[in-house]
Amino acid sequence: MTATDVGQEKATRGMGARLLRKEDARLLTGEAQYVDDLHIPGALWMGMVRSPFAHARIGNIDASAALAVPGVRHVFTGADLRDSWAAAMPCAWPVTEDMKAPDHWPVAVDKACYVGDIVAVVVADSRYAAVDGVDAVEVDYDPLEAVVDLEDAASDRVVVHEGLGTNRSYTWSLVPDPDAVDRAFADAAHVVRERYLQQRLIPVAMEPRGVAAVPGVYGGDLTVYSATQIPHILKVMITATCGVPESKVRVIAPSVGGAFGSKLNVYAEELIAVALARRLGVPTRWTEGRSENAVATIQGRGQVQDIELAADAEGKITAVRVKLLADMGAYMQLVTPGIPLLGAFLYGGVYDIPAYSFECTGVFTTKTPTDAYRGAGRPEATYAIERAIEALAGEVGVDSAEIRRRNYIPSDRFPYDASSGLTFDSGNYEPTLDRALELVDHDGRRAEQRRRREAGDTKHLGIGIATYVEMCGLAPSRVLASLNYAAGGWEAATVRVLPTGTVQVVSGTTPHGQGHETCWSQIVAEKLGVDPDSVEVLHSDTAISPVGMDSYGSRSLPVGGVAVGMAADRVLDKARKIAAHQLECAEDDLELVDGELRVKGTPTKAMTLQGIAFEAFSAHDLPDGMEPNLAGEVVFDPPNFVFPFGTHVAVVEVDEETGGVELVDYAAVDDCGVQVNPMIVEGQLHGGIVQGAAQALWEEAVYDEDGLLRNPTLTDYCVPSAAEVPNIRLDHTVTPSPTNPLGVKGIGEAGTIVSTPTVVNAIVDALAPLGITDIAMPAAPERVWAAIREAREGQS
Amino acid sequence: MKITLSVNGEERSADVEPRRLLVHLLRDDLGLTGTNVGCDTSSCGACTVLMDGESVKSCTVLAAQADGHEVTTIEGLAALAPARAAVGAGEASGDGDASALHPMQQAFHEQHGLQCGFCTPGMVMAAVSLLAENPHPTEAEVRLGLEGNLCRCTGYHNIVRSVLAAAGELPKSEEVPA
Repeated sequence: MTATDVGQEKATRGMGARLLRKEDARLLTGEAQYVDDLHIPGALWMGMVRSPFAHARIGNIDASAALAVPGVRHVFTGADLRDSWAAAMPCAWPVTEDMKAPDHWPVAVDKACYVGDIVAVVVADSRYAAVDGVDAVEVDYDPLEAVVDLEDAASDRVVVHEGLGTNRSYTWSLVPDPDAVDRAFADAAHVVRERYLQQRLIPVAMEPRGVAAVPGVYGGDLTVYSATQIPHILKVMITATCGVPESKVRVIAPSVGGAFGSKLNVYAEELIAVALARRLGVPTRWTEGRSENAVATIQGRGQVQDIELAADAEGKITAVRVKLLADMGAYMQLVTPGIPLLGAFLYGGVYDIPAYSFECTGVFTTKTPTDAYRGAGRPEATYAIERAIEALAGEVGVDSAEIRRRNYIPSDRFPYDASSGLTFDSGNYEPTLDRALELVDHDGRRAEQRRRREAGDTKHLGIGIATYVEMCGLAPSRVLASLNYAAGGWEAATVRVLPTGTVQVVSGTTPHGQGHETCWSQIVAEKLGVDPDSVEVLHSDTAISPVGMDSYGSRSLPVGGVAVGMAADRVLDKARKIAAHQLECAEDDLELVDGELRVKGTPTKAMTLQGIAFEAFSAHDLPDGMEPNLAGEVVFDPPNFVFPFGTHVAVVEVDEETGGVELVDYAAVDDCGVQVNPMIVEGQLHGGIVQGAAQALWEEAVYDEDGLLRNPTLTDYCVPSAAEVPNIRLDHTVTPSPTNPLGVKGIGEAGTIVSTPTVVNAIVDALAPLGITDIAMPAAPERVWAAIREAREGQS
Repeated sequence: MKITLSVNGEERSADVEPRRLLVHLLRDDLGLTGTNVGCDTSSCGACTVLMDGESVKSCTVLAAQADGHEVTTIEGLAALAPARAAVGAGEASGDGDASALHPMQQAFHEQHGLQCGFCTPGMVMAAVSLLAENPHPTEAEVRLGLEGNLCRCTGYHNIVRSVLAAAGELPKSEEVPA
């Protein structure tokens, strides 16, 4: 803990308390209802017939055998459903005016463009019958060549969407001063040029997706239950794509079992459920299988990154130049093309870099679409700069810590105008490095490393460092406009004090594991001096919380939670006016103590918040012109992003005999500004760190040259278990954000953003004496072992 | 085929297809939806229940195989606890009523061993089974013992702490996280 921390961990039940979660009891007892848990009488089960080919023309579809399966009611093809759609599936982020994108229909019509593309839908009485029906549908395919490799895709050897004439969808660039970049490279004492591959990842939220659409037979109303992060956005998109008036649609995200960006989307199955519920007049439902999830839910990452650093003789970076090829997959999903842009501003990392150049080309391939996956663009950027700076350290001949110290943005430069065009709100990077090194006993580990190297030990010790800053709290609406994003980035909140004293919070955020009910209660408790147990938080249902922008991009707290706090401020302002009126004093004479507004110096003259709420409810004696009820409503549009930061250090042991990499120690020192609930912050970090380490060590969606996903099950897509990961040691600093009145920053993605380069830097550090400077991710034993063997052969 | 089994101490009968999985019997036929399905290869453990006191993955057991056996799901776990853990739930928790929890559930609550909660019922059942076999495990034994249960939210850190806490093995110095 650092000096800036004083006062944070006070033992209250408001802001800063390690309050245990309100959400837990229902989740621990099985009472929580995920979509598949809902009992929906009369619902028909849908099963999706999916293309087994990456690229194929769809010929005849013979449903006769499927329709003969007991319990199967209907089979619909893409042609059958073509008139169900008022518009193609939405992409909300056409990043350039001339971006090319094909129409994307929920059920493919002429051609399947990836393994998993839906070609027909079976509707049956039970989930078992739906599966049987899917197996019995016979589809004639005329296979075409797959497009898997990104450079091959960019060459247009095979074009995925003939109508577009090319696989290159867009090129987006950010080059504020091209001459400055050219000059920096011309004048550089050191230049490093690196290429990194961001493998595709499968998000693997533990709950697969699911949807149920329940029509009101007479009124035409439709209730859609979906395992989604975005009920509010989904509602708008159902209106747009299915032609249902918005007044007729209610979307509910019940308990949602994790998402990590993979449920930040509008999916074909959701629209198909709506279309068929309307067509058939009965409820329809679908639950994704796990292997189905691997191809049917978006994947993350998928980039080829070329990064160049120019530096002076001391290793002070003078310019960064980045070129990306980004894999869109077969279609644009909701925000597919924008994902690389979320990293576009961050390839300079935490460093003071005078000149900056970024360019990204998005290409279509015949694979599952990519889209947001925890961190979304920012892990890729952080990986590239935090690996490249290690290469620069080697070039300059200084160690990993020193190269960073020479380049960090100095703490007295905040708010810092980065050459990429962003203004970093607040930061103080070096103390996080110092503390993280201390936590792993860096000097001791280095001594041990030297000892092992001198002894010729085959278990190589490696220490990896990475410092990150991320932009989150999506997002200032005007900035989104400049990036050609279709919507705004605000969030809505309402706080009401009910006549019984219960404080009701209605939030537009949509939690799926983050603990918003607990945290929003703490914010309100802090503001109004009430007990968090007297606060109820309503969310995730468009009939209860009609206005919202949902949860993603580490936005819930710095946008939505801030809105809650501001709405509570408005409640207090109004309460103060009512109390002043009834106690016949000036508003300034009132102070909030223990949930009461008291007249200063006369504590017997006081009104409780509940008492004031009752007065506002009865409305018998309010100030002239005041509206009844004690409530405050806020829509907060943040003036800037927030910029959490920190330094992580990993210690690994690489076994030369097996290529196995063991995570021996991991320390993280993060700064997300003011913490509402440190217990929840730590939980977000633990999970994020393991998810990012998994990219470094274990996970990859492996496609063969025919575009087939080779590892769609959890037996061969290696999500780590408890046995593979170490204890994680955390500490933090507190540098409040000036962007919002709570001083908070997001923490949902931070761990994932930084742990990947931290771990890979450790592996490369371990193998540095062998001359190894890079290891492709994931650093699986076979790959590490081969790299060591190749290096040894080169040495001998 | 007709089967009869004990579920959470109650005798239940059902007429099932031979291929019906125990997890679907529990969820779809008996309405016990606390047991979740997270995969299709017996990898994730979200569906873990106790059969005759030992943990099994109910997606890999046919309903027919459970005929004549005793099954405990997350909904029936608290009733198994020797003494109901009403321990401090009121002051420790938020407004969720945690008063009827098994000590393992209580430990997960107190140690923040869950986030989205989807893996949690299976994880808790696996942990109960683990402590039944090894009442005082080391941290490494807990990690190995939970290898068959995947969680994507917690990084396992606080799950491991939860199980150690339930076993009374959490070092004093670690009872409040650093």
